[in-house]
Amino acid sequence: MGVDKKQEVHTHKLGIYLWIWGLLFVFSFFSYMVDYLDFQGMLRWSLIVFFMLAKAGFIMAIFMHLYWERWAIVNVLLWPMTAIGVFIAIMAAESYYTFFSRMFYFVVGG
Amino acid sequence: MSQFDISKLPKGSKGFMYDWGSDQKAFKGIPWGKAMMWIFLLSDTFIFSCFLISLMTARASTVVPWPYASEVFGLTVFGTSVPLLLIAIMTFVLITSSGTMAIAVKYGYEKNRKLCGWFLLATALGGLTFVGMQAFEWSKLIFHDGVRPWDNPFGAEQFGAFFFMVTGFHGTHVSIGVIFLFIFARKVFRGDFDTGRRGYFTSMKSDYEAIEILGLYWHFVDLVWVFIFAFFYLW
Repeated sequence: MGVDKKQEVHTHKLGIYLWIWGLLFVFSFFSYMVDYLDFQGMLRWSLIVFFMLAKAGFIMAIFMHLYWERWAIVNVLLWPMTAIGVFIAIMAAESYYTFFSRMFYFVVGG
Repeated sequence: MSQFDISKLPKGSKGFMYDWGSDQKAFKGIPWGKAMMWIFLLSDTFIFSCFLISLMTARASTVVPWPYASEVFGLTVFGTSVPLLLIAIMTFVLITSSGTMAIAVKYGYEKNRKLCGWFLLATALGGLTFVGMQAFEWSKLIFHDGVRPWDNPFGAEQFGAFFFMVTGFHGTHVSIGVIFLFIFARKVFRGDFDTGRRGYFTSMKSDYEAIEILGLYWHFVDLVWVFIFAFFYLW
């Protein structure tokens, strides 16, 4: 690192942070509206996930500067998320099985 | 590739240290503190994921109806009940503090000592407001509604346990962040990063990149709230 470290640092215009800030407000407002307007079912869930991922993406890319980082660290950070995805799938299957056996044994009585 | 004679390299634990510390740098242009903060945040991601995945598992497998968060966390304002009002305000407060943090990082790199300090202070106050509202929310649920980790009047019993665990763990993160924001606001105002004053705890000189590392932590706290808001309060 040493002396030339300071020249590598580049800052961005204030505007981009204010834009993202505003965008996060809008996304939060919309996701709150999903609840306020009482959407249900698939529409509710897909909208919640869409606004959640949009907000998370902008926070990570712009506020946490990941968009400007080298791929070496971006890949280290994002690939482990696939393990979380797999874990979600496994536990979703597991919970449906638990629910099924509870319904079955509570009704039929073992 | 064979620039070294492997038989002459140190072995055992010394060799382990030698290999990993042998002038190999994966993350170019990233100070070690920032890389370590990212890796800490990655591990923290896994912890919060485990909480939210177990929330999914409990909620999907219970045969008792899950409490409807929209009503549980509703507030009555001037006689009309507004769903999730406090949570929505908390969300906006945390996003705002994330915005001020991003601006503080920018001014830090531009060596604008005063503006960086003021925006850090604003971020800390936003975090403090968030924790304050969370304390209000907790006390309302505990004393007014009688929610306990093992019991609640709304539905499935696991609800209380998950509420206290997930929001409590997140609130702890926010509180720790607020403490560090105040500490670093003081450091910035005092000019530690301009004069190269050594830190009280580490005895090391630091730079404005410390503000970016602190910023990464703070944005992560906001990031986690995005997921808690979606999966615990809205789902």
